[in-house]
Amino acid sequence: MSAWETVIGLEIHAQLATRSKIFSGSATAYGAPPNAQANLVDLGYPGVLPVLNAEAVRMAVKLGLAINAQVAPHSVFARKNYFYPDLPKGYQISQYELPIVAKGAIDIVLEDGTVKRVGITRAHLEEDAGKSLHEGLPGVTGIDLNRAGTALVEIVSEPELRSAKEAVAYMKKVHTLVRYLGICDGNMQEGSFRCDANVSVRRSGSEKFGTRAEIKNLNSFRFVERAINYEVERQIELLESGGQVVQETRLYDPDKGETRSMRSKEEANDYRYFPDPDLLPVALDAAFIESVRATLPELPDQKAARFSRDYGLSPYDAGVLTASRELADYYEAVVAAVPKEPKLAANWVMGELAAALNRDNLEIGSGKLPAPRLAGLLARIVDQTISGKIAKEVFEAMWAQGADADPIIESKGLRQITDSGAIERVIDEVMVKNPGQLAEYRAGKDKLFGFFVGQVMKATGGKANPAQLNELLKKKLSG
Amino acid sequence: MSDLHRQSVTQLALGLRARRFSSVELVGACLARIEASQAALNAFVTVTREQALAAAAQADRLLAAGGGGPLTGVPIAHKDLFCTRGVRTSCGSRMLDNFVSPYDATVVAKLQAAGAISLGKTNMDEFAMGSSNETSFYGPVRNPWNPALVPGGSSGGSAAAVAARLVPGATGTDTGGSIRQPAALCGITGMKATYGRVSRHGMVAFASSLDQAGTLAPSAADCALLLREMAGFDERDSTSVDTPVPDYVAALEQPLAGLKIGLLREFFDTGLDPEYERCVREALKVYVGLGAKLTEVSLPSLPLSVPVYYVVAPAECSSNLARFDGVRFGHRCENPRDLTDLYRRSRGEGFGAEVKRRVMTGTYVLSAGYYDAYYLKAQRVRALINADFIRAFKEVDVLMGPTTPTPAFALGAKTADPITMYLNDIYTIGANLAGLPAASVPCGFVQDLPVGLQIVGPHFAEARVLSAAHALQRATDWHTRVPEAYA
Repeated sequence: MSAWETVIGLEIHAQLATRSKIFSGSATAYGAPPNAQANLVDLGYPGVLPVLNAEAVRMAVKLGLAINAQVAPHSVFARKNYFYPDLPKGYQISQYELPIVAKGAIDIVLEDGTVKRVGITRAHLEEDAGKSLHEGLPGVTGIDLNRAGTALVEIVSEPELRSAKEAVAYMKKVHTLVRYLGICDGNMQEGSFRCDANVSVRRSGSEKFGTRAEIKNLNSFRFVERAINYEVERQIELLESGGQVVQETRLYDPDKGETRSMRSKEEANDYRYFPDPDLLPVALDAAFIESVRATLPELPDQKAARFSRDYGLSPYDAGVLTASRELADYYEAVVAAVPKEPKLAANWVMGELAAALNRDNLEIGSGKLPAPRLAGLLARIVDQTISGKIAKEVFEAMWAQGADADPIIESKGLRQITDSGAIERVIDEVMVKNPGQLAEYRAGKDKLFGFFVGQVMKATGGKANPAQLNELLKKKLSG
Repeated sequence: MSDLHRQSVTQLALGLRARRFSSVELVGACLARIEASQAALNAFVTVTREQALAAAAQADRLLAAGGGGPLTGVPIAHKDLFCTRGVRTSCGSRMLDNFVSPYDATVVAKLQAAGAISLGKTNMDEFAMGSSNETSFYGPVRNPWNPALVPGGSSGGSAAAVAARLVPGATGTDTGGSIRQPAALCGITGMKATYGRVSRHGMVAFASSLDQAGTLAPSAADCALLLREMAGFDERDSTSVDTPVPDYVAALEQPLAGLKIGLLREFFDTGLDPEYERCVREALKVYVGLGAKLTEVSLPSLPLSVPVYYVVAPAECSSNLARFDGVRFGHRCENPRDLTDLYRRSRGEGFGAEVKRRVMTGTYVLSAGYYDAYYLKAQRVRALINADFIRAFKEVDVLMGPTTPTPAFALGAKTADPITMYLNDIYTIGANLAGLPAASVPCGFVQDLPVGLQIVGPHFAEARVLSAAHALQRATDWHTRVPEAYA
């Protein structure tokens, strides 16, 4: 056992999939020319006031219900005051003492298969800041306020994660959840889903938390893992060489694979939070909360449990197949076409299909191989038109040509031979060609059975029905 | 036609409709008076002569065709913190000396929709922080009754403009008394609405939980007409309240008999000028004569208003004014070395001393370790003050007392000591902390200087406050007095 224990808490920022910003009517679509989606409210003009987007509230409530949290009947927006050029008002509207969601939990599956419950301290609504632009602007800094005012939900975990792997598993689970709920597109490249990691280490067995460093703005699962691992190692080395961890904010440099100090606690802002007098407290009654509950989809954990129960899948397979709603829907569409073979469907979706998608860097929703098409292939395995082995060949052709299974099976003549007479004829030929092996077999060398199967398959191009072949071969060989 | 400036908003609207005079004539006459008085009073920061005359010509065409709204062709002026599209909106600050608003405040748009014509933007204390109009970047406004004296603040330009009859009515804002105090010191009627009654959209914020718009005009009837057009729910202001606006004009003649008037014991304190008190008590006698009943009421938490206000208002202002950073609009220093330099010098140069004092005070009271002791405690006391008022309004219909402790004071008399200056708002701040509608009406003169009676009503009882003010004005003529130089 290691002498050190790692303690991690994550603050995940998920951009809510609202059409307009949280306090203004500006659009939120990604990729518009700088400041094309910034109105006077987003620009922080004198005299303009924020008006809360009801859809953002609904989405935060959805999240709260999905993590079995307390949805606050009374929550308050507060101003977080600091100066920065991409923060137009000089304060960010967030929630501080009274967040909209408190005390929830999410279950993650650890590597050894055990389930760990991770506490969620709170989730609150806030607005995003803009961006500073440096590229192509020598000597000056550009400000793009398209993102300013975009609705975010910040999900704060308890410091209950004990390794980088756990942190990633937790982050992936939250990612899955917000996409199931349809409240966030989860696009990490565009910054729609990112996190800050609070990392500290302590002597194994110690009750007291060590001093933590906060690693800001991690926008990929890989970076989260690497940044945490680097930071843990850095802190342990520091402590073992007699040094002290300083409470500070650090940035992860993916090119160098290291974290760097950004600002220390002494340089940290005093944000001077206070309730925003421009916004009324958010009051939610039970009827509203229940109306949101009624819109909740089947959640990942519920879906995985159902997959295990109804389709006889292992918890692991059920977990993989429910990692995204698109994947789960795809799988169920395939199963619907081959209802007696849910395991076969699972193997193909997680095996050949996942590999092909991965190879071509495609998403399940890309439409490259629609579910009915894969189901069509599996149906041919089930009705013994082709063997599983031939099916892989058909799959590759389907993938390459974007065609259905049947025409490929026909045009390539891959249909399985199930005519006993035809198989018997091939067996006879093989026996004639291999008299020595036949004699040895008949003298008791049973192992040679496989040799004959191979020879027949070779002669039929793998198309002989394996079960029939076995039966006929046994009969013929024994004379 | 030389007496047009002596006519009330109501009379002018009727006269225009009856085509007894044209809007071009009227607007021209007002513009001439504004320009003639500017050197002496400095009531305006910006005069929009061309726009106003063009709008007047259009109003005349509309009236000739039998069209128009309740205020068509009537000139008014806006305090220079209401955003006006295409017109500089300075807030009396160097910071916004170059700021031309790209949009109209809701108040501006509503008055325009009612037909009113804006002649320009009135001078004010910088960002509405002041009680004497001496903190304006554009220099102090002078009191039309005596140019050596202040007009009060922060809506000092609007008050002086109306008192000198440069315009028949003007808008103002009141965060701690900024409509009522200058109205009292200039001898006119000032009406602050209930918090949430008038939209704050487009009103440059000083202290968001206290700021509320209102009107300055000679009479309560004029205020009623203007306020009726300004008030109402606005979806762009989350704190505006969605309740119907009564017709304040129609409600003016409500019978006064039986009105229960609460006399605010805490307001008749040692700080009140005895002559001022005599005027207020004379006005109260008039009410008794009209059938009202007087009772004395006590609001024990009210004396804490000033300290509470000077925690809450600076706290909000320190945050509200953070957007003036030299990045997107407003003053930007020359050749900033880096970002910090840009912030420091842009704000250092753009803001005046009083604004800086309040930003620093507000930053302090919100800081870690001080928040609970100052901001949170102030909010608790504020709740007590609010509760005091609510309790009082279970016993009485309106509360009355003096608007200010003294009549207008000399320019420079209180600039050296901010606390003395702050105490000038001691009687007005309570209504802001509780969000109540309140008016100041002229009730006499002390050594040739006007003094004001303050009338405070329960939430959304503007009609009651205005009709009580109107009753006094039917029985007295203090509100018709005009400084000799502007008669």
